[in-house]
Amino acid sequence: MQLEEEVEDKFELNISITNPEKVGDGMNAYMAYKVSTQTTLPMFRSKTFTVRRRFSDFLGLYEKLSDKHTLNGYIVPPPPEKSIMGMTKVKVGKEDNSSAEFVERRRAALERYLQRVVFHPSLLQDPDVREFLERDDVSSACVCALSGAGFLKMINRATDSLSKMTIKMNESDVWFEEKLQEVEAEDQQLRKLHIMVDSLVGHRKELSVNTGGFAKSVAMLGSSEDNTALSRALSQLAEVEDKMEQLHQEQAASDSFCFAELLADYIRLLGSVRASFDQRMKTWQRWQDAQNMLQKKRETEAKLLWANKPDKLQQAKDDITEWEAKVTQYERDFDRVSATVRKEVLRFEKEKARDFKKQIIKYLESLLQSQQQLIKYWEAFLPEAKAIA
Amino acid sequence: MEGEPSPRSGACFHQGSFPRAVNVDLQTDATLQVDISDALSERDKVKFTVHTKSTLPNFKQNEFSVVRQHEEFIWLHDSFVENEEYAGYIIPPAPPRPDFDASREKLQKLGEGEGSMTKEEFTKMKQELEAEYLAIFKKTVAMHEVFLCRVAAHPVLRKDMNFHVFLEYNQDLSVRGKNKREKMEDFFKNVVKSADGVLVAGVKDVDDFFEHEKTFLLEYHNRVKDASSKSDRMIRSHKSAADDINRIASTLYTLGTQDSTDVCKFFLKVSELFEKTRKIEARVAADEDLKLADLLKYYLRESQAAKDLLYRRGRALVDYENANKALDKARAKNKDVLQAETSQQVCCQKFEKISESAKQELIDFKTRRVAAFRKNLVELAELELKHAKGNLQLLQSCVGVLKGDT
Repeated sequence: MQLEEEVEDKFELNISITNPEKVGDGMNAYMAYKVSTQTTLPMFRSKTFTVRRRFSDFLGLYEKLSDKHTLNGYIVPPPPEKSIMGMTKVKVGKEDNSSAEFVERRRAALERYLQRVVFHPSLLQDPDVREFLERDDVSSACVCALSGAGFLKMINRATDSLSKMTIKMNESDVWFEEKLQEVEAEDQQLRKLHIMVDSLVGHRKELSVNTGGFAKSVAMLGSSEDNTALSRALSQLAEVEDKMEQLHQEQAASDSFCFAELLADYIRLLGSVRASFDQRMKTWQRWQDAQNMLQKKRETEAKLLWANKPDKLQQAKDDITEWEAKVTQYERDFDRVSATVRKEVLRFEKEKARDFKKQIIKYLESLLQSQQQLIKYWEAFLPEAKAIA
Repeated sequence: MEGEPSPRSGACFHQGSFPRAVNVDLQTDATLQVDISDALSERDKVKFTVHTKSTLPNFKQNEFSVVRQHEEFIWLHDSFVENEEYAGYIIPPAPPRPDFDASREKLQKLGEGEGSMTKEEFTKMKQELEAEYLAIFKKTVAMHEVFLCRVAAHPVLRKDMNFHVFLEYNQDLSVRGKNKREKMEDFFKNVVKSADGVLVAGVKDVDDFFEHEKTFLLEYHNRVKDASSKSDRMIRSHKSAADDINRIASTLYTLGTQDSTDVCKFFLKVSELFEKTRKIEARVAADEDLKLADLLKYYLRESQAAKDLLYRRGRALVDYENANKALDKARAKNKDVLQAETSQQVCCQKFEKISESAKQELIDFKTRRVAAFRKNLVELAELELKHAKGNLQLLQSCVGVLKGDT
C-alpha cells in the first residue's frame, strides 16, 4: 500500500500558553492561561491574537473533537489529566514549591496538547479549534464529565469488547492486528518506564536534600577543625556540596519535565490510538450485523414465497432493498475508516519518533550541562584541597 | 548450598586490589611491615592472611604469614586497652565487624524473586549485588589492615608481645568471642566510664594544652559523627539513583528491540548510553564512600580513642589528687604516712607519664588527621573530576551521533 505523501507545512502556526493566573478565591477559584497564537494561515482573522482559557475549556475542546472525529477513525490527542489534589492546593492558596511545580507542569502539558491538535491537518480544519484559539469568550458551560480517569475507563471498556471481537473477526488485513499488538506492547513498556523515571525523580530529590544536609554538616566540622588550612578546605567542600544540592534539584526537575512528562503524554496518546482501532472494529461489527440482517430478510422472503403469502411479500422485498443499501453503505464506511486509521497510525508513528528524539536529546543535553557544572565546581575545589598542610 | 551468595568459599583476592583506604603516614619502615595479602570469605566469617616482613631479631624468620579472623583482631585491640602501660597512648581503634548481612539478605531476596523477572534482569541484578558484596569485602579487609599498620607504626605498640604472637603464631589463638556475661560487664564498664567522663570533663584542667584538647575533641567527635551519618545518607541516595538509571536502561533496551524502525534504533543507542553513565554514577558513589564516608567513620573511631586517652589521664589526675588528700590526712593523723607517701608517688608518676605521652599522641593525631584528610579530599576531587569528564564525553558523543542521525 502506498503511503500518501506528506503535505509540506508551508504555513506558520505557533501556539504558546503562558501567564497562569489565579482567578477568584476559595473552592471556586481556577487558573486562567493565556493562549497566544501567531500564524500566517488565512483562515484566521488576524496574524497574532491572544485569548484566556481555563482547564475545563481544554477538556471541552477535546470532548467536541472526540465526539466528531473518533468515530471516523481519527486519533484525537487527549488532554492532560484532571488532578483534584493538585488543583485544591492551588485553590486554597498554598504557595509552595509543589503547587508552583504543578501549575508549570499543567501549563506545559496544555501547550503540548494544543500544539498536537493544530499539528493534525484534519483537526486544524475543525471550526471548534479555530473558535477555541480565536474567540474572546468561549462558554465553558460544558463542565467536563470526562476527566482523565474517565477517559481511561472508556478506553479500557472499549478494549475489553475489542478483545471479544477479534476472536470472531476475519482479519483480511493482518496489518491491523499486528499494529494493535505493537501498540499494546509499547503501552506496557512505556508505563514501566514511566514508573522508573518517577522513581529516579524521587531519588534525585532525596539526593538533593541529603546533599544539603551533608553540606551543612561539613561546614560545622570545618569550623571545629583547628588546623587552619584543613578548616578552610572543609568549608570549601561544604560550598561545593551546597552547589551540588542545587544541581541535583535542577536535574530532578529536568528528569521530570523532559522525560517523565513525555512518557505520560504518550501513554495517554496510545489510549487514543487504541480508541481508533476500537472504532474500526465497531464499523466492522455494524457491517457484519447488517449482513446478518440482510440474510434474515432474504430467508423471510423465501419463507413467504413458499407459504404463498403475497401481501406480506412486498414488505419483505422492501426490507431486502433497505438492508442491501445498508450493507453497501456500512462496507464503504468500514473501508473508509480502515483507511483513515491506517493513515493516522502512520502519521502518529512519525510524530512520535520526532517527538521522542527531540525531547530525549533535550534531556541528554541537560544532563550534559550538569556534568559541565560539576566539573567547574570540583576544579575550583581541587587547589584548596592540595593547599592543606 | 542453596541461596549462598557469591563469592563462594575459596574466592581469593590479591593484594594489589586493596585500596589503602585511610591512613596516610605509615612510615615505610623496613624493620616491620605488615599487610593483609589475601582474604577468604566463607559462610560466617572472613579469614585474613596477615603477612609480615621484618628485620627485627624477635621473629624467627624475615617474612611469614598467618591466618587470622576478626575476633583475634578484637582480642589484640582489647589487650592494648586493658594494658596499664599503654594508658598514655591513643589505642588504634578496632576494625568494625565484617557485616555482610544486608548484602546476603538482598541476594536471598533476589533468589526468591527470580521467577518474576526476565533472565537479563536477573543476571544484571545478580552482578550488581555481587559487586556490592565484593566492595564490602574489600572495605573490611582495608579496615583490618589499617589497624595492623597503625600498630606497626607506633614506636611502643609495635614491640608488644601480644602483637608479635598475633603476627607469628601460626595456630589458632583460640580466642573465643566474648560470652554473654563478659559482654554485660563491658556494657557496665562503659556506662560507668561515661558517667565518669562527665565528672572528669567537668574538672577544669590546669594545663592549657589539655584543656583545649578536651574542648576540641568533644566538639569535633560529635561533628564528625554527624558528618559521617549524613554522608552515608547522601551516598545511599546516589546509589538508588544509579540503580534507577540501570532499570531505565533495561526498559529502553526492551523498547528498542521490539522493532527495527528508526525510533527503536534511537532507543537502543540511548539505552547503551544510560548503561555506561550509570556505571560511572555507581563508581562515583563508591568513590565517595571510600574517600569521604570511610574517612569520616575512621576519624569518628579515632577521635573516640583520643577521648578515651583523655579520660584515662583525667582518671589518673583524680587518683593523684585523691592520693594527695589521703597523704595530707595521714600526715595530720600521723598514721600510715609512709604508705600514703608511696601511694602518692605512684599516682604522681603514673599521671606524669600519661600526660607526657598523651601530649605527643594528641599532636601526632592531629598530624595524621590533617594528612589523611588532605590525601582523601585531593583524591576525592580528582576522582569526581575524572568521572564527570568521562560522563561528559559519553553524553557529548551520544548527542552528536543522535543529532546527526535525524
